[in-house]
Amino acid sequence: MLRSFLAGNVGNAIALFARLVTAVRGIWQGVDPTRRQRIYFANHTSNGDFVLLWTVLPPALRRETRPVAAADYWLTSKLRSFIGRDVFRAVLIDRNPQTRTDDPVGQMVDALKDGSSLILFPEGQRNMDETVTLLPFKPGLFHVAERRPDVDLVPVWIENLNRVMPKGEVIPVPLICTVTFGDPIHVESGEAKAAFLTRAETALLALKEGAV
Amino acid sequence: MNAPAEFSTLMLGVLGVLAFATVVAQILRARLGDGPVIDNLVARINAWWGMVALLAIAMLGGRGGVVILFAIMSFAALREFLTLTAKSRADHWALVASFFVVLPVQYALIYSDWYGMYSIFIPVYAFLFLPIVSVLHGDTDSFLVRVAETQWGLMICVFAASHVPALLSLEIAGFEGKNVLLVAFLVVVVQLSDVLQYVWGKLLGKRKIAPSLSPSKTWEGFVGGTLSTSLVGAGLWWMTPFSPVQAFGLSLIITLMGFFGGLVMSAIKRDKGVKDWGHLIAGHGGFIDRLDSVVFSAPIFFHVVRYFWSAV
Repeated sequence: MLRSFLAGNVGNAIALFARLVTAVRGIWQGVDPTRRQRIYFANHTSNGDFVLLWTVLPPALRRETRPVAAADYWLTSKLRSFIGRDVFRAVLIDRNPQTRTDDPVGQMVDALKDGSSLILFPEGQRNMDETVTLLPFKPGLFHVAERRPDVDLVPVWIENLNRVMPKGEVIPVPLICTVTFGDPIHVESGEAKAAFLTRAETALLALKEGAV
Repeated sequence: MNAPAEFSTLMLGVLGVLAFATVVAQILRARLGDGPVIDNLVARINAWWGMVALLAIAMLGGRGGVVILFAIMSFAALREFLTLTAKSRADHWALVASFFVVLPVQYALIYSDWYGMYSIFIPVYAFLFLPIVSVLHGDTDSFLVRVAETQWGLMICVFAASHVPALLSLEIAGFEGKNVLLVAFLVVVVQLSDVLQYVWGKLLGKRKIAPSLSPSKTWEGFVGGTLSTSLVGAGLWWMTPFSPVQAFGLSLIITLMGFFGGLVMSAIKRDKGVKDWGHLIAGHGGFIDRLDSVVFSAPIFFHVVRYFWSAV
């Protein structure tokens, strides 16, 4: 009870802080911010990415949207674990196939079953190479989409956050960030994994052009 | 707060104009129905109410109020500017220093009235030290472009903008305690000039003055706006230490600098491929879209008044 109250306030405080630092603006280009079940899949350059995406969602949508995040990062300290589990209610995934007991696709499908929307970074890791716009997608997005073809897959381009807070820096530069939501895509019947992942990558990259 | 009596008179006038504009916009909306042009007009007028309220509160707050308001506007403008400039990871500390050291120090110097330092702090100290901070990281790609664009952002958004509150430190015989009126005079003339150039341009505008930079600017808008604004400026002589003729001349300088400032900032937007600097002020775009003419006129107005009228 106290924990969930605290978590709600910490969530709002984090969103306010993100707004103050980045003046972040959501551009709802392909979809409206409505309560449909969705998987938002976005580019990943900074640990703050999902915070920014979450911040531009209306509060009603925030409560039912859960980021998919790496357990090895979010369970390393008590504070991170509180923020990851209680504030953002992250679906925590073990990225190491040798040690994991849960199947990540199964975890995501379970979360969708509860009615939640998801925030997913299909690159699987932060993209640290400034000369590469997007790393090749991991197949997880395809497998989840195949099992839940009714859920909208919304590409989301997050612009500039890697400049606000480059890896290893502590103090953010308050530059303006944008979060652009594109047209939803779905797996077509009989569509091959590689073809779908390429289509998803293209849909995400297409959003970069208009994002300033 | 003891704002000079002239301030209340001016505010009454400004509120009257805004109320008139609001009524006209509503009549237009009733006659012509909703549309993007009317919506933009209403959004602009509503934003004006907000901006006038903020300015009035700041001016009633005296020196601290004006300094804090312009420090916040500088912050918002610098953020818009540096979002578009060239930078690399090597510049992180130079950028952090621009926002969290250079900007606050400049306004603290303005607040403490240290003319000898606030006039050179950014052109000398920031100019020399920020490239040193960047160069220590060893990244030489586009180095000159990166340091030059950061310095330009600081000069425009912080140094030039801070000359508006710097007007409060001038000492003009017979005008003691009324310096806030100089700020009001500058802001009213600059903003009125933007509005009147727009109106004259819409009514009579035919010949484009700079088609590659700003297609909406015309010779008719420029001449009509500049002259009519300067006449209104002359009519505001009673709130200044100037004679009507002097007020006319200073208004002309302000509007000309503002006009060309708008052109320069448009050229930068074109260069960077954006239409507006930002999205924070509904109908107007970003802070720099509203401030571009103020930042170009403020330092010149400051130095002309300082040279000819001020004791310090």
